[in-house]
Amino acid sequence: MDDSLMGAVMYLPEGQPAPHSEAAGAPAPPRVLVGVDLTRVAEVAASIERFGDRYLQRLFTEHELASCHGHPDTVAAGLAARFAAKEATIKVLKPEAARPEWRSMEVHRAPSGACEMRLTDGAARRAAELGITDLAVSLSHEGDLAAAVVVALVDKEVD
Amino acid sequence: MEDEIRRVLTEHARLAVDVNQLGNDDDLFEAGMTSHANVNVMLALEEAFDVEFPEATLRRSTFETIAAISATLSQLTPAADVAG
Repeated sequence: MDDSLMGAVMYLPEGQPAPHSEAAGAPAPPRVLVGVDLTRVAEVAASIERFGDRYLQRLFTEHELASCHGHPDTVAAGLAARFAAKEATIKVLKPEAARPEWRSMEVHRAPSGACEMRLTDGAARRAAELGITDLAVSLSHEGDLAAAVVVALVDKEVD
Repeated sequence: MEDEIRRVLTEHARLAVDVNQLGNDDDLFEAGMTSHANVNVMLALEEAFDVEFPEATLRRSTFETIAAISATLSQLTPAADVAG
């Protein structure tokens, strides 16, 4: 399993104020939202076999499908991680009305292998409502489990 | 319609309990339906009833109970075409 998903702890030098303890009057630091999800790879493989293109085209963008290639097991693992990323994003967005459709939350993979979440349409509108200014995503898969963590920075006063 | 919904749930919802033990108002997510299983249920319902769930219906409450699924399908399906 990707070590970046293991429990991360931030230590501050003694005497240094924690980020949330800004002096009175200073701008409030961005808040952080986090979402996490686990998806079983075998279930994604079974859905691909059962529903085929209808499943793939409903959930994943062309870029995501192109990013996952090779042996069917590898494809299923990559898509399971991307489905987990979309569900983790939903946990961050907490839509009050209809949830954004899956293709409006895309895991964009750079040639270097680095991934980022790109939002469009309903997902982008909900992110703007919440004041989300940046998103980060981390994907991992091991055996039958795929995982994703999404972190969002929110630069907006809480009502 | 509810018999067909129960058939789809039996095949795709991966519930922790027998679908036939659930009432029409019992919470399917509490009965073990995951978000991914929910996708399979949605696709199978679209096949079974020849409909497509529009984005506006993609909310937890749409798939939370058999009664809720039935109500949404009734809105998407012309009454004359409803099976069961």
